Amino acid sequence: MKYVDEFRDRELVKNLSEGIHKITTREWCIMEICGGQTHSIMRYSLEEFLPEEIRLVHGPGCPVCVTPLEIIDKAVRIAQRDDVIFTSYGDMLRVPGSEKDLLSVKAGGGDIRIIYSPLDAVKIAEDNPEKKVVFFAIGFETTAPANAMAVKEADRRGLKNFSILSSHVLVPPAMEAILSVEESRIQGFLAAGHVCTVMGYEEYLPIAEKYRIPIVVTGFEPVDILKGIHQVVLQLEEGRHEVENAYGRVVSLEGNIHAKKVLREVYEVSDMKWRGIGNIPLSGFSLSGRYDEFNAENIFDVGDIQQQESPLCIAGEVLQGLKKPGDFPAFGKECKPEHPLGAPMVSSEGACSAYYRFKKSETGSETESTI
Amino acid sequence: MCLAVPGKVLSIDDSNAGLKMAKVDFAGVVKEVSVQWLPEVEVGNYVLIHVGMALNILDEEDALETLKLLKEMGEFDAELGKDGW
Repeated sequence: MKYVDEFRDRELVKNLSEGIHKITTREWCIMEICGGQTHSIMRYSLEEFLPEEIRLVHGPGCPVCVTPLEIIDKAVRIAQRDDVIFTSYGDMLRVPGSEKDLLSVKAGGGDIRIIYSPLDAVKIAEDNPEKKVVFFAIGFETTAPANAMAVKEADRRGLKNFSILSSHVLVPPAMEAILSVEESRIQGFLAAGHVCTVMGYEEYLPIAEKYRIPIVVTGFEPVDILKGIHQVVLQLEEGRHEVENAYGRVVSLEGNIHAKKVLREVYEVSDMKWRGIGNIPLSGFSLSGRYDEFNAENIFDVGDIQQQESPLCIAGEVLQGLKKPGDFPAFGKECKPEHPLGAPMVSSEGACSAYYRFKKSETGSETESTI
Repeated sequence: MCLAVPGKVLSIDDSNAGLKMAKVDFAGVVKEVSVQWLPEVEVGNYVLIHVGMALNILDEEDALETLKLLKEMGEFDAELGKDGW
């Protein structure tokens, strides 16, 4: 058991596909929350295994896409400083700010380093005591505890030259925001499996009840995604609205209690602005007062930045599932991964990028990969 | 961003109480990651890693059961087909 190839098995995909066809009697609209799932759906052409009555809508679960423009602009301002080593996950470098992105700061001589783990940033701070090391701490609940560990570790090692530019977002309030939009036609959710690995899935129970909507915790391999869809469709056809777990090899009801303890210690829940969507109450984590000295926004002068979003981009509607990337006339023309107008064209998990890479067949060329 | 991959724990180093570490094999590539949030982890376990932190131990029993049920889903259909449904 390697936990990867077994869940890409063609025979199981076929069985699930037939199972979904058999139980579907009418049209249903299902949103996959997580950009990683959007990526898999496109990469393995999973929509081809579904009956035409099932419509998948892509959700806002791409942290790179929803990190607010003002935070990108602050990152650019900080990274330009001579006394700073700016560390970041690689995805963030090409996200467009108002004037420029981090990659162009790096090209202009800025010391920007791509890291794999937040703990690498702590090591860089330890090795470079003469520099101020800033870590661009973005992410959903999956990544937030790892980012928090970097703060705790820097504190434990007594580092005074380490700080984070923090932008953390939470899934359940975003789901409620999507369901509250009048035009929303979402009838079922695939919940994000790795967010639930940390958080568990108790917090989805009141959402399923309040909006009478099935929510199924779902993984990322082709078999996982089709299994999640099968369970959502079965609930919809039977008139149920429950929270189910289709990713039991990884996710438990309570999640990882140790990671959640770190979250509670380092952050507090706060209102958060989502790029393209707007302010969502209590939908983010900010550093708690106990760790205020590690907040880069307090250390550097970044309060006066004026932002300017591209007026052409429809990322906000794409992120809320109201439009598909192809609905945008500039898609694949003015807006491409090489020169993105909005963040969803940058990240491999962004719906626009996934469409561009894997769904070009709809615009006349080959797809990159199929199952 | 929420990409997390399974790997097999080769060795555990708990000399640092605040940051328990482990060597993990990802299909031939060995990396050092933190298993601080998995006090019960043992050598030989498969763990799910995200940005250098192990988030959970994979449940083999659940995985095998799921695969068995999904395989049977097809066999059951084939049986029904044979019986002239």
